[in-house]
Amino acid sequence: MPLKLSRIYTSLLLLFFSANIFANPVEKLDGSKEFDVNEMIMHHIKDSHEFHIMDINGHAVSFPLPIILWTENGLVTFLSSEFDHDDAGKVIVKKKQQAFVKYHEKIYYAEQTGYLGKYVIYDNNGVVLNKKPLDLSITKMVFSMFLSMLLLVLIFVATARTYSKSKKGEPTGLGKFTEPLVMFIKDEVALPMIGEKNYQKYMPFLLTLFFFIWINNVMGLIPFFPFSANLSGNIAFTFVLAAITFVITTIVANKDYWKHIFWMPGIPVPMKLFLAPIEFLGIFIKPISLMIRLFANISAGHIIILSLISLIFIFKSLWLAPASLFFSVFISLIEVLVVAIQAYIFTMLSALYIGSAIEEHEH
Amino acid sequence: MDLVTPDIGLIFWTTVSFAILYFILAKFAWKPILGAVNEREKSIKDALSAAEKAKEEMVNLKADNEKILNEAKLQRESLLKEAREIKSKIIADAESEATEKANKLVETAKIAIENEKSAAMKELQDTVVDLSLNIAEKLLSKELDNKEKQLKNIQDILDKTKLN
Amino acid sequence: MSLIIFLQETLVDYGAFAAIGAGLAAIGAGIGIGQIGGSAMEAMARQPEMQGKLQGSAIVLIAFVEAVALFAVVVSLIK
Repeated sequence: MPLKLSRIYTSLLLLFFSANIFANPVEKLDGSKEFDVNEMIMHHIKDSHEFHIMDINGHAVSFPLPIILWTENGLVTFLSSEFDHDDAGKVIVKKKQQAFVKYHEKIYYAEQTGYLGKYVIYDNNGVVLNKKPLDLSITKMVFSMFLSMLLLVLIFVATARTYSKSKKGEPTGLGKFTEPLVMFIKDEVALPMIGEKNYQKYMPFLLTLFFFIWINNVMGLIPFFPFSANLSGNIAFTFVLAAITFVITTIVANKDYWKHIFWMPGIPVPMKLFLAPIEFLGIFIKPISLMIRLFANISAGHIIILSLISLIFIFKSLWLAPASLFFSVFISLIEVLVVAIQAYIFTMLSALYIGSAIEEHEH
Repeated sequence: MDLVTPDIGLIFWTTVSFAILYFILAKFAWKPILGAVNEREKSIKDALSAAEKAKEEMVNLKADNEKILNEAKLQRESLLKEAREIKSKIIADAESEATEKANKLVETAKIAIENEKSAAMKELQDTVVDLSLNIAEKLLSKELDNKEKQLKNIQDILDKTKLN
Repeated sequence: MSLIIFLQETLVDYGAFAAIGAGLAAIGAGIGIGQIGGSAMEAMARQPEMQGKLQGSAIVLIAFVEAVALFAVVVSLIK
């Protein structure tokens, strides 16, 4: 009965997917719930303190994650399940003579008195006025990141081990799959961008960067529990990676690089004065464009897929489901390509910036 | 706006994670993998250069072989030529020797024939003299009385009419 | 008349402007991607033996152009 089995799998998959969508119905003032596409999509692509798996009979089933706070009274840790799925600032958790409340996936010090059952106060623009502790929680994205690290270490340490087993350094088993990828980074990214003289030094960084981004991109595309976190579509993640590239570029840069920025050789003096500020800004614009490119691409991919799925709920018609599903599967397939290309582009541009910083000019 | 504001917690964890991941992978994965790959590439490069060298040597060897072959050919040719010369010389020698021998043989035969002939002539002469003498004696004894005088006359006649 | 009403309504709702901005960026990116794709096709037709290389660089270039459109989307996300 392979047909039946596959049908079960398919329906399970759809259940997971739809369960995630139903996760956050908006509660109106009169208590009725209505599906809000914007809210749902934003909820999905943003970080969360618990890993929502699915809803059963309106009751959320989620994987609790540890909350780690650096507060005025020192380190406070507890599980996110203590908030009891509350995200509206209604449930208070008391630790070390302090009260905390979670509102829109941010943790605040709770106000002494609640208003309308909420222990947060905000101004007319909806900006929360409560004080915030430093939030170092293992959120959904951090959890996803740890998972990706574990996977990467398992995959590549296993790959490395196949080399010691095989004779003559030939790849066997897993190495047959991973080695072409490593060789791709070496031959298509590191060698042409950095040059034969120095590329060996930056290979570990480029490889780690590429696979870290790629695996997180792919994990974000898988729409059920241990995956589906939009980590590489989070600006904090891309910010850190771009910042690392920026720091490396700045540290290893040689005299030529700085000379080309502040006093471009070979052009008249007024032009030099004109170019210097542009080139100087370029130092920062390059990593910022790296950061935004990855963030925007991956987030946009998630938004498009979720929007297409949401069409069913917007039009409240099941007849739209086939078209909606078809397009979302189509976009998902394109996304599989896009996430690989984005990981490649991020790595390639990092290599390019590093290469331009250590390039030796002959004139 | 919230979407494009980096979260401090995630920044912290991403930095820590990336650093840890970098050091773990660099030590336990990239180093052995890249080491193996580089070593293999080096061995391939070495093998290729060795093959190139062998090819070059082969070409040299071939050239040498050709040279030797050419020399051998030349030698053979000269040997053959010499042999041919010797052969023709031998033949010529043999021919001339044979001719000489034949000539000699003919010469001796001629001499012998001459000798035999002259001996036979002499014998014939003697025989004829005897015969003629006998005849003459018989004739003259009947017709002549002066035997001595007649004999002398006959000898004179015979001397004048020597048989040739 | 309806245009004025539309403008009056949209002036209050900045989100609509964001959507228009994103749409304009999409037009630009569409033109850019079309140019790249067309040129890549032409080049491939001219030199079929270079197909692999051309395809690779065309995809990368398209990703670059697409990123520009997504920058606009990000800007429109910042309210």
